[in-house]
Amino acid sequence: MHKKMAFSFPDEVLEHVFSFIQSDKDRNAVSMVCKSWYEIERWCRRKVFVGNCYAVSPRMVIRRFPEFRSIELKGKPHFADFNLVPDGWGGYVFPWIAEMAGAYPWLEEIRLKRMVVTDESLELIAKSFKNFKVLVLSSCEGFSTDGLAAIAASCKNLKELDLRDCEVDDLSAHWLSHFPETYTSLVSLNISCLGSDEASFSALERLVRRCTNLKTLRLNRAVPLDKIANILRHAPQLVEFGTGTYTADVRPDVYSDLAGVLSSCKELKSLSGFWDVIPDYLPAIYPVCSKLTSLNLSYATIQSPDLIKLVSHCPNLQRLLVLDYIEDSGLEVLASSCKDLQELRVFPSDPFGAEPNVSLTEQGLVAVSLGCPKLQSVLYFCRRMSNEALVTIARSRPNFTRFRLCIIEPKTADYLTLEPLDVGFGAIVQYCKDLRRLSLSGLLTDRVFEYIGTYAKKLEMLSVAFAGDSDLGLHHVLSGCESLRKLEIRDCPFGDKALLANAAKLETMRSLWMSSCAVSFAACKLLGQKMPRLNVEVIDERGPPDSRPENCPVDKLYIYRSIAGPRFDMPPFVWTMDEDSGLRLS
Amino acid sequence: MEGSVGCDNDLNLRATELRLGLPGTEPVSIVRSNKRSLQQVADDDCGVNGCKSDDQNETAPPPPKAQIVGWPPIRSYRKNNIQTKKNESEGGGIYVKVSMDGAPYLRKIDLKIYSGYPELLQAIENMFKFTIGEYSEREGYKGSDYAPTYEDKDGDWMLVGDVPWEMFITSCKRLRIMKGSEARGLGCGV
Repeated sequence: MHKKMAFSFPDEVLEHVFSFIQSDKDRNAVSMVCKSWYEIERWCRRKVFVGNCYAVSPRMVIRRFPEFRSIELKGKPHFADFNLVPDGWGGYVFPWIAEMAGAYPWLEEIRLKRMVVTDESLELIAKSFKNFKVLVLSSCEGFSTDGLAAIAASCKNLKELDLRDCEVDDLSAHWLSHFPETYTSLVSLNISCLGSDEASFSALERLVRRCTNLKTLRLNRAVPLDKIANILRHAPQLVEFGTGTYTADVRPDVYSDLAGVLSSCKELKSLSGFWDVIPDYLPAIYPVCSKLTSLNLSYATIQSPDLIKLVSHCPNLQRLLVLDYIEDSGLEVLASSCKDLQELRVFPSDPFGAEPNVSLTEQGLVAVSLGCPKLQSVLYFCRRMSNEALVTIARSRPNFTRFRLCIIEPKTADYLTLEPLDVGFGAIVQYCKDLRRLSLSGLLTDRVFEYIGTYAKKLEMLSVAFAGDSDLGLHHVLSGCESLRKLEIRDCPFGDKALLANAAKLETMRSLWMSSCAVSFAACKLLGQKMPRLNVEVIDERGPPDSRPENCPVDKLYIYRSIAGPRFDMPPFVWTMDEDSGLRLS
Repeated sequence: MEGSVGCDNDLNLRATELRLGLPGTEPVSIVRSNKRSLQQVADDDCGVNGCKSDDQNETAPPPPKAQIVGWPPIRSYRKNNIQTKKNESEGGGIYVKVSMDGAPYLRKIDLKIYSGYPELLQAIENMFKFTIGEYSEREGYKGSDYAPTYEDKDGDWMLVGDVPWEMFITSCKRLRIMKGSEARGLGCGV
């Protein structure tokens, strides 16, 4: 019998419709409708996103998506940013490059985060992908300027080279000269992480001069202030610019040169850099301030009055990164001047000092929350907080999507009432219904987790440190937070019970990190046995976990879902708990 | 509830473990009074090793705070930036040794707190109880047995006062008050 389909479009039509769907989540949903949609979708997916490079193998990705042009991979857990993941843990990109090099030479874009990238990988990229266009390495490490030279020399169509926050072995600044004289397609260059003292200014200048489509240029600290004018002169079309060191002997000719060149950059919307700033040279940027939407002053060690002057010139600011030198008074000015502010990050100038060195308190955050109606993302380091302030913040700014508060001293109580900050953070999750990311700090009991489990239904990522009293806290989160994808916990008294009771939940999440908690080795083994689609990895530099009693807590635990099975590139201090009920020593 | 460091058994692994902080301090920050650190919670509950140094923590004055690994959560490149700035001069001060010929011990002063030569010299005079003469470019310090000198970045001994103040404080490595014939030799026009 011939089955008739009530509605049936030719594949090309469906493909055309799918081409309007860009987001991975939507694409994934589309692929689950029926078998034929799965097939059509997989052939026309052009961008692949892999949030955990160990969740799937390169071969599996290539098999399913035979024609992708762009891939994004993430490696190490987030806490690697704070040195909690020992060197050698993993996250190597080479196996991916090797597989992709063989599979298709038409790959155009590679975006990596927290991965180990070697010069060998970079050389393979340069050699294998003839139409390679975009390389974004975010918080990566393992490569040197030699690898960059290979990219520069071979990738004739390269548009974007972005090395944000990478650790690069700076052997020589001459890698820039490897861009051939005929190469003109650069649109975005971010080398702000490079350290090299001896910078090849003439090569840089020549590169900027011939790449007339350059829109983003972020220089590194080594580029002196008096060289910036020469570079900018050839790039008045820049939209995003990061200075090098922003200090020099005060000379009127250097100043007027710089001010003149900056004012001719009519498209400039974003500024960053400003290492070693001296206030004398700041007014040079005033002419461009009114158009600025993004300003990164997080390296600028200038005091509040200069910061205030600067910020008051920027009424259209949407994103500000700054040191706590801005103080409460500066944040009050920010609140009244920058009504379009969406994102604020305030970093500590003296994070290890015992006493506060600046007058930055919870008041600054309250002022900005009250005054900036579009504020939705905050990262704030301070030394004191109160429930009252948090409640005010939550009530006035229910549109927060990312709220990360770091009270510098662990377990700091409400400074007014000496109570835990449970109620304050409870208000944040209760009022901010679209909250996707939350970082907690201060003195917190299990109660705060009860609030989070009850209210934070859209929460995707939660970071917890030195908080809670018992397993109940962890249980509230795992059982209540429906949208949870990433959970990272350190130094909390959470143990076996909550983890084992919520084992199934872990398969709905990308990953769970627990370090310096109370999860026993026995529980890890059990979890590894029970849940074959989870990789349960114990990280312990003290030696094999079975050399200690089973009920002994493990040092660090990283659990993530995977369809690729246990990995095989683990260093000696990582053990995987798999279903063979034993310990696989790497 | 087992603590995270409660189960070292008898290997005393902590003695060999790498961590930040001064030797002899606990890896977890010692918090004062009512707040019980995770370490103390662990020790109270853990039966394996018994109580360690709780009493010590409660009665003794708090030791200098040891840094906790990865806390506060700041990227290394930010930490490096702050450190460099502190070392340079902002808030850190430029401390140099001051020696005086014949004095039993040296002193140290912060050059940053002075706005110019007159104040610096006045401070040194007060510190060592003597008088420096009048400065002139031609003749150095006339009118006393003493001459203030400093060692610069190149290792040469220079007379204080010849170069602009800003240049002086960035190039001065140490100060020496020369006395007697040596001093007079400097001031003598040849």
